[in-house]
Amino acid sequence: MVKRDNAVDLVGLLSVEGQDLAASWVGEVTGSLGGRVGAAELNRELRELYEALVEALRKGATDVHSEHMSEVRAHLTELSRNRARQGFSPSETAVSVFALKRVLEPVLEKGTADEIRAYLRLARILDSLGLFTIETYTQTRDELITAQAEQLLELSTPVVRLWDGVIAVPLVGTLDSARTQVVMEKLLQALVDTGSEQAIIDITGVPAVDTQVAQHLLKTIVAARLMGAECTVSGISPQIAQTIVALGIEFDGIVTKASLADALKLALRRSGVDLVAHTGAQR
Amino acid sequence: MSDRIPILRIGDILVVSVQFDLEDQTVLNLQEDLADQIVAKSAQGVIIDISALEIVDSFVGRMLATVAAISRVLDARTVVVGMRPAVAITLVELGLSLGGVSTALDLEKGLAKLSRSTSTGPR
Repeated sequence: MVKRDNAVDLVGLLSVEGQDLAASWVGEVTGSLGGRVGAAELNRELRELYEALVEALRKGATDVHSEHMSEVRAHLTELSRNRARQGFSPSETAVSVFALKRVLEPVLEKGTADEIRAYLRLARILDSLGLFTIETYTQTRDELITAQAEQLLELSTPVVRLWDGVIAVPLVGTLDSARTQVVMEKLLQALVDTGSEQAIIDITGVPAVDTQVAQHLLKTIVAARLMGAECTVSGISPQIAQTIVALGIEFDGIVTKASLADALKLALRRSGVDLVAHTGAQR
Repeated sequence: MSDRIPILRIGDILVVSVQFDLEDQTVLNLQEDLADQIVAKSAQGVIIDISALEIVDSFVGRMLATVAAISRVLDARTVVVGMRPAVAITLVELGLSLGGVSTALDLEKGLAKLSRSTSTGPR
């Protein structure tokens, strides 16, 4: 029975001024977000949340993880996901929930002892709801980061066909084991798909080469050779050439060229294609 | 009695097509049969097609190198053709770079490679 009374108190606290309370909540939050969310959208979000919260309290929910709170959690999840995607900070997201406490503060001055107790209980629930938004927020951010990292991995390793039987992988950015693995798989699959016997790995866009990167490159080249293709490494800048020598990295049995053009010329010669300049051609 | 892999002859080239994942005994049988056949048919080249092979272990990897070495002793060139990307990656990770083995993307390219190196070529 006691629990039932609590619920009535809490609902009473939120329903005293009815719609006005929700409106002033929206007002508070609008101020804190600085107009970066549309007024209509914010109004809809918070009113839905408000109604769900009143409903949950009426059913006797006392904790954010309880069964009756499922609708509240759904609304909160949607709210924090939207905020995370729109680029708000975690505190700006949580403040949407905490603002409701500020709206209810007048109760502390004018309310009866029962009302104040009810306020404190509600404050505790709101705290846990606020923490819930932050958790969801970080979770969404993590998902976003993972998705972006995957996209980046896909984007950054295109395999292009330069000629019949000649493919190239222009590498841009730092090479680590995860990326090398993707590059290796893509390159080898492209060899099979296009039936190419010549592959060029262009490292113009790789800022630095250390022993590990060299090791990764060597593995890729050996794997390509096992499949019956010849690999050329191109795009070695003067600085990288100096680093390679200084580190004592041995590119045994691997042909290296300074530019992609040189590597292409070599690959064409190896596959038996002759390039002939037209006599009298004017450019 | 374990399976034996058929060895086909085209001109003076022997073709071995591995169609299933290899057990150790099958590998040893193949090694033996191949050595016999190279001598019997006086073959100039050997092509091992492993395009159907999905899984390799270090034993199979070493077999490829051994077969190549045996054929070289018997004056025949070995070309391994049709290795899958996953197999190539596995062999590299196992540290088997098969230094003395020639490779080609598919059977056709392997035959071309052999005919370039031997003056007669397949008939």
